[in-house]
Amino acid sequence: VSTETISTKAPPAAVRSRPTRSRLGDRVFDVCVRSLFPVLLALGAGAILLLALGRNPVSFYQDIWLGGVSGGGWDAWQDSAIRMAPLLLIAAGLTVIFRANIWNLGYNGQFLLGAALVTGYGPSLTNNVSLPVAMLLLVLMAGAAGAVWTIVPAVLKARYGTNEIITTLMMSFIGVDLANILIKGPFQDPAVTIPQTRVLDLEKMLPNIPGTRIHIGLLVAFGAVLVVHYVLTLTSWGLRLRIMGANPRAARHFGVNLPRLIITSFLVSGFLVGLAAAMDFLGLWGYIRGGQNPAYGDTVIPFVFLARLNALAVVPFIAFFSVLSVGGDLAATNANLSTDFLLVLVGLILLFMTVIEYLGRRRDLGGTYLPPGLKEALRAPLFRRRS
Amino acid sequence: MILASQVWTQVFWTSVIAGGLLAGVPLMFTALGETISERAGVLNIGLEGMMLLGAYLGFLGAHYTGSVWVGFLTGIAGGMIGSVFMIVLCVWLGLDQIVVGIAITLASEGITSVLQQAQFGSTYPRLGAAPTVEIPGLHRIPVLGSSLFDQPLIVYLAFAFVGLLAWLFRRTNIGLNLRAAGEKPEALDAAGVSVVATRSWATLSTGALAGLGGAYLSVVAAGIFTPFITQGQGFIAIVIAMLGRGRPLWVLLGSFLFGITLSLSDSLQLAGINISTDVVHMLPFAAIIIALILFARRSYLPPALALPYVRGAR
Repeated sequence: VSTETISTKAPPAAVRSRPTRSRLGDRVFDVCVRSLFPVLLALGAGAILLLALGRNPVSFYQDIWLGGVSGGGWDAWQDSAIRMAPLLLIAAGLTVIFRANIWNLGYNGQFLLGAALVTGYGPSLTNNVSLPVAMLLLVLMAGAAGAVWTIVPAVLKARYGTNEIITTLMMSFIGVDLANILIKGPFQDPAVTIPQTRVLDLEKMLPNIPGTRIHIGLLVAFGAVLVVHYVLTLTSWGLRLRIMGANPRAARHFGVNLPRLIITSFLVSGFLVGLAAAMDFLGLWGYIRGGQNPAYGDTVIPFVFLARLNALAVVPFIAFFSVLSVGGDLAATNANLSTDFLLVLVGLILLFMTVIEYLGRRRDLGGTYLPPGLKEALRAPLFRRRS
Repeated sequence: MILASQVWTQVFWTSVIAGGLLAGVPLMFTALGETISERAGVLNIGLEGMMLLGAYLGFLGAHYTGSVWVGFLTGIAGGMIGSVFMIVLCVWLGLDQIVVGIAITLASEGITSVLQQAQFGSTYPRLGAAPTVEIPGLHRIPVLGSSLFDQPLIVYLAFAFVGLLAWLFRRTNIGLNLRAAGEKPEALDAAGVSVVATRSWATLSTGALAGLGGAYLSVVAAGIFTPFITQGQGFIAIVIAMLGRGRPLWVLLGSFLFGITLSLSDSLQLAGINISTDVVHMLPFAAIIIALILFARRSYLPPALALPYVRGAR
């Protein structure tokens, strides 16, 4: 097994950075700078772009706030909360796999296959089996579909060290096409002419959290985030995963069964992505159209990194992005811009994040290969002298 | 009756070859670009974004000047703009190549879509067909002639470029330096050649070639720029480059195989066979996956690929 030759890339940012300063104030400051600055800088750069396009950035960002949080008499935030459910589940899935320093970029195919199965079998299954059982079956089916779609990349990576970026992307394209074939073929609603599945009855969908319009998929997502955080931080599986992510060779010396760990982490990641599809389509949509692809995963990636691959820290970022994307629809329509402008913002966040990561690493670099005593001596004149 | 079926097959095969060429040339330019940067140890996931920038700027250039060649030049410039981010952030500062690549792709998708909608959202201007050059004599060969030897000049130049690149890789110091930068950057540094400069030039040429591929898509193949026009071709190009293992001739072969699968749906429709576009669209990707499963053992990547080079670091 040539597993250590696979890592054709440097580890993700969070794995690489070392917590050099231990004082709480410094750490909070550090986290704020490294997590919030990229977002603020991207919003600023976005404002400049909007100006260059002849749009008013103030009213654009106001519309985002209105459409995503305060609009409709403080009702719009519920739309953002509904959007959070699939995003959080995908983020949890990506956190697991990125911690292992493996790139699962096949989320679109995994998501759409789950969505196609859920909407395709949903109407008949909910009619024949009692609703809770049907829901459980559908959710598990979507999760399983997502997991199955990672098997080829996982096995190729585990056995031959084939670059998983390529294989997951290819499987993603195949999955999207396969989902469309299913939607336009066996799952097509015979009553309509446009390619679309049958619509789930409203009472056959996921129930809402009492007092809100938000379906319980959000609670499932929060639960999944908690479980992922627990597993990654407090179990031996999580520890082995992190060791493999940090250094596969060390993990093998440590006795970790790398191929098996690679495959299981892929399966978990795919399962969570499939779960996201189930929640979104059983809770919000109730049907899927041919060619429909929300591509949530593309925009989730930056926030997973901003959260430094910490499942809990992902929550505020995803909340922020949900507001941005729900409100961004309104803002883009009002400004007569394509909604793809949000992709620019997300790309900018990623770019600024890497730059700030670099600056932070530069600041820490005094310590990387010096013994602790010498490091302190070097640092002391620059900062205040501590004994 | 027999005559009719002969015409049918002739039209069919002509359209398959011509279509494969039309779809294969942009793939080939882009995959050749990726070959250069992979040899030098830079994994360029932002290829898709650079293609899109090239496609958009190439369309602008060709639209406003009316010249295909200006379109190609602006397309090259577009791809280079995308690669400059990659050079500064990944080669000079040593940041994560995959994160930056994803960022470049996302930002380019967004910006080209926004600009296209703002400028041409209501008019959708089209370019005229690109002028073709018939090669005297050869273009009269029944099936091959009209498809292979009656093409825009850029296609012939593309073939010449494959030869040039193969010679460059095999016979020149530039090729040796490129390979050293990907295989053992320390050795290149010790030999007195700057790894950073080598990788920078490699990445810049990758951007230029991806931009040219994108410009070919919008200027010659489609005659129009639409958002997300590349449809994942940048990623296919990465795979072709990986399977080609740094050999330009293999890249040429792979590009046309995938070009044919990409264009097969049109040819089949022309032949009266109706097949779902989703199935046909899936074919090249399925072919890649099968190829990867069969030849997984043999796919080879330079050891220093995607690793930033920091002088003196272990």
